[in-house]
Amino acid sequence: MQSNATMEYDYSVVKLFMWTAVIFGIVGMTIGVLIASQLAFPDLNYLLGEYGTFSRLRPLHTNVVIYGFTLSGIWASFYYTAQRVLKVSISESGLLKALTKLHFLLYLVIATGMVVSLALGITASKEYAQMEWPLDALVVLTWVIFGINMFGLIGLRREKTLYISLWYYIAFFLGVAMLYLFNNMEVPTMFFSGGLGAWYHSVSMYAGTNDALVQWWWGHNAVAFVFTVPIIALIYYFLPKESGQAVYSYKLSLLSFWGLMFVYLWAGGHHLLWSTVPDWMQTMGSVFSVVLILPSWGSAINMLLTMKGEWNQLTENPLIKFMVLASTFYMLSTLEGPIQAVKSVNAIAHFTDWIPGHVHDGVLGWVAFMIFAALMHMAPRVFKREIYSKSLLESQFWIQTIGVVLYFTSMWIAGITQGMMWRAVDEYGNLVYSFIDTVSVLHPYYALRALGGLLYLIGMFMFAYNFFKTATAGKRLEQEPRYRSPMA
Amino acid sequence: MTTVEIEQIRAYMFVIGTGIVMAIFYYYIIYLYRSEKKGEKDYEKYSNLALDDELDSKILDKNPKIENDKKE
Repeated sequence: MQSNATMEYDYSVVKLFMWTAVIFGIVGMTIGVLIASQLAFPDLNYLLGEYGTFSRLRPLHTNVVIYGFTLSGIWASFYYTAQRVLKVSISESGLLKALTKLHFLLYLVIATGMVVSLALGITASKEYAQMEWPLDALVVLTWVIFGINMFGLIGLRREKTLYISLWYYIAFFLGVAMLYLFNNMEVPTMFFSGGLGAWYHSVSMYAGTNDALVQWWWGHNAVAFVFTVPIIALIYYFLPKESGQAVYSYKLSLLSFWGLMFVYLWAGGHHLLWSTVPDWMQTMGSVFSVVLILPSWGSAINMLLTMKGEWNQLTENPLIKFMVLASTFYMLSTLEGPIQAVKSVNAIAHFTDWIPGHVHDGVLGWVAFMIFAALMHMAPRVFKREIYSKSLLESQFWIQTIGVVLYFTSMWIAGITQGMMWRAVDEYGNLVYSFIDTVSVLHPYYALRALGGLLYLIGMFMFAYNFFKTATAGKRLEQEPRYRSPMA
Repeated sequence: MTTVEIEQIRAYMFVIGTGIVMAIFYYYIIYLYRSEKKGEKDYEKYSNLALDDELDSKILDKNPKIENDKKE
């Protein structure tokens, strides 16, 4: 190891992932607003021929937001945070430095392949696992390289104890590795059928109910190990650091960690309530989903209590606003999810718009807000420049908050209306409404949802502009800020 | 053994397994608080790992496997 007297943390790969987070954020959310508008105004389906239909664009939206925007934000934050809490620089190992670059390069290849293949309609047809087997194989390779980088940095660390954020990053790595491998066990059709079909097509190795079970074991854990676990890693580092306040209770963070790890893995069954999976598995999915409130709220309350005595920062610092609201939205969505997982509620909620409403108060309010805050906290440190505009950041916060509220409230009303109308029967047991009746009733809520999405997208563009200007035109900083990020 | 019996065994094993893991989890809570009460551990000091994260910040627990020239 080199002497640390002249050494600095190496942010080269951090910067690359920060830029891809911004670009994928714009792409993913733009497609999101378009498909939300298509649901309200179906003629928008015919703008780009087959490439512009809802069915073609919906997987693109989810995959770009999850695997483009979110993963980029997580990896930028990981390579930034890991160096700092372990007190080791990537530049101390030539091999690690090369592997971090290779990680980014492979990621870019996969992300491009994902966008192109999904736009062309090439899909494995499993939700959040649409990529076909050649890309899946590349994902495994990239994940191994990420693992080498993570454990390589841990191996070189000067600080013996791993900070709680690192625990969550390790869980993110292990959880996704295990679940991704199991769910993407697929048979390339051409090689096993005597040359039938295209070389890149495959079918799942599982069939029927088993396939559904494995799919939702993964599907829900994509929420757990991509949208929750690493985002908790972000808040455990960035909120204390930005506010200058130590985590309220470190012990609570450890307890919440183990609670979350144990419970989350078994909650996926709630996606298959009232289906053909064994009844005890459905009950298990429900029970574990309800128990999940405890570790989730453990982390969220720990974060809110971290601000104890320093609530004035909420009015003074927009980054604290983003993080405190993110934590609050985390509490909201981790209460809403268990409610939806109760069998009787699920009988009404399943297949309705309440479900995307739930997903979006989590993703827009919790995940994306945390990523925005993390990127803007890192920006002055990695670019050595002041944040370009505080007022732009404040405006973004309020515009996007209104957007999220419009999104989830419209979907709550739409979803429950939909569920009740589907189930309504007259005194003879005949259905009262036809499907098209529900569509007509829901139109205003779909339009409101599209408006909420548009507001959020406007905020995304404001963020991208602010980020670009910070990196290129922000006032130069003589020394790294210790806690609060400087902004003009 | 019928499929139904196998399913039942799996379900019972799951319930028993859950019970065991719950017991371990509660023991962990007791262990955390007891070791801090006895003065063997101070978990709360690790909160500072996020705050003092410069390369030349004071190291809380030095990694014994790494030779380094950092100031303690």
